[in-house]
Amino acid sequence: MRRFLFVARAVAWRSIHNTLVSPAILVPSIVFPLFFLAAFAGGLSKIAQVPNFDYRPGYTAFQFVFVFLQSAAFGGVFTGFAVARDFDTGFARRLLLSAPRRSGIIAGYAGGALARWCVTGAVVTVAALLAGMDVPANLSELFGMLGLGIMVNIVAALWACGVAMFLRTEQAGALIQMPVFVVIFLAPIYVPLRLLTGWIHAVAQVNPATIVLEAARGLLAHSPVHVAFAFALLAGGVVVMGLWARRGLLSAERAG
Amino acid sequence: MAAELAATLRQIEAVGRRSVTRTLRQRALLIFPMLFPLILFAINGSALSTATRIPGFPPVSYRAFVLAVPFMQGALFIAVTAGIDLARDIESGFFNRLALTPLRGGALLTGQLGGALVVACLQSVVYLLVGIATGVGIASGVGGAFVLLALSILIAFGFAGLGALIALRSGSGEAVQAIFPLLFVTLFLSSASLPRPLIQVRWFRDVATYNPVSYLIEGIRSLVISGWDGRALALGFGFALALVVLSLGFANVAMRNRLVRT
Repeated sequence: MRRFLFVARAVAWRSIHNTLVSPAILVPSIVFPLFFLAAFAGGLSKIAQVPNFDYRPGYTAFQFVFVFLQSAAFGGVFTGFAVARDFDTGFARRLLLSAPRRSGIIAGYAGGALARWCVTGAVVTVAALLAGMDVPANLSELFGMLGLGIMVNIVAALWACGVAMFLRTEQAGALIQMPVFVVIFLAPIYVPLRLLTGWIHAVAQVNPATIVLEAARGLLAHSPVHVAFAFALLAGGVVVMGLWARRGLLSAERAG
Repeated sequence: MAAELAATLRQIEAVGRRSVTRTLRQRALLIFPMLFPLILFAINGSALSTATRIPGFPPVSYRAFVLAVPFMQGALFIAVTAGIDLARDIESGFFNRLALTPLRGGALLTGQLGGALVVACLQSVVYLLVGIATGVGIASGVGGAFVLLALSILIAFGFAGLGALIALRSGSGEAVQAIFPLLFVTLFLSSASLPRPLIQVRWFRDVATYNPVSYLIEGIRSLVISGWDGRALALGFGFALALVVLSLGFANVAMRNRLVRT
């Protein structure tokens, strides 16, 4: 366990350090969610006037929850890019040789992703509050929403690590982000589920991201819905993606 | 004079053939940028269909309203593809070797954008066909569809010139990639999702009004949803031409500087 923690801490520290000293990595991960927030909450706010749109805290809060969770997911995805880059540059192979407990590498990258998202999540929250977002939630509900974000970040980071370790090239970028992007955008991001129509309604109904998004929106609105189900889904996601990342690591070890 | 022109055309053809071949060989560069806007079109076309219930929204389906967006997104991807291709030539030293030949800067630039032009033509046709296949009617008819293709290809060529300009100024593929989010932001802060009069937040509406991308989108959109709208088309073609002239003009200057430097 001590060796696991040693490796995890070192990899996480390197990941955080690389992010902080490289504006090319840090800035897009902060700026992109802010633009999503501006474009969706600002540009589409008229959607709140559609009949039967009844999210009490308003459209800014409705979109904030989506951008908050989306930034968590993409915080994890960006870590996959870093893993792939490490393989391309040869650093990951040296890391595999030197790490006394290799599973700590995955934990380290995931820890780095979480630390990076903490910055992004805080910036997005401050921006939404400055834009006049109404927050009816109490403290425990806010912590619940934060917990959902953390778990989304971990699931996405484990997925991204797995793909990057299987493919071991920066060209894996599209494959890392595309499924995450599609799953997120097939949830009810612009209007509540019951206002969706057609095929997107059918898909959103069975999309696990819908449960997580609705739970987080419910928490922020001080009217929680299927929170336990959302946490259970994400816990399952952590287990499955943890195994996926572990298999990716084994594949990288076999490749040498 | 005629011999000089013929020589320039031959140079453009030679560089252009290489650019087209290289682009067609990189299937990932062809498929992903083409697929991504279509996925967003499919999702947003359905997910935002409720927007048609907002008072004052044009009496068309949201899918018809938003069909212009894939054309713009495709053009943004072309800017990156064209820029990265050129930057790779600079980084690998191929550009330096070309500089030793009698190739003219203008011919080299135009030829280099040949691949981007092919992708622009391909993806514009695909987006139009997908739109029609999903039940979107073109209000301006068959003639309008051809004008739409011409406008979207012109826009894509302008953005390709912008990608080339960044590549020539920076000489780095990473710099070209880094500029992509900025280009994407211009799409977000435009009238891509709602008509400008229906944008409720004032600062957003003001930004969208001053954002030329709004007029490029509205030019394409007018052909799909309103028919022949002279003002929207004049603004769309005007901004597209301005983009082509400015980006290629500045890229040409940057090309001359780079050829001198090498």
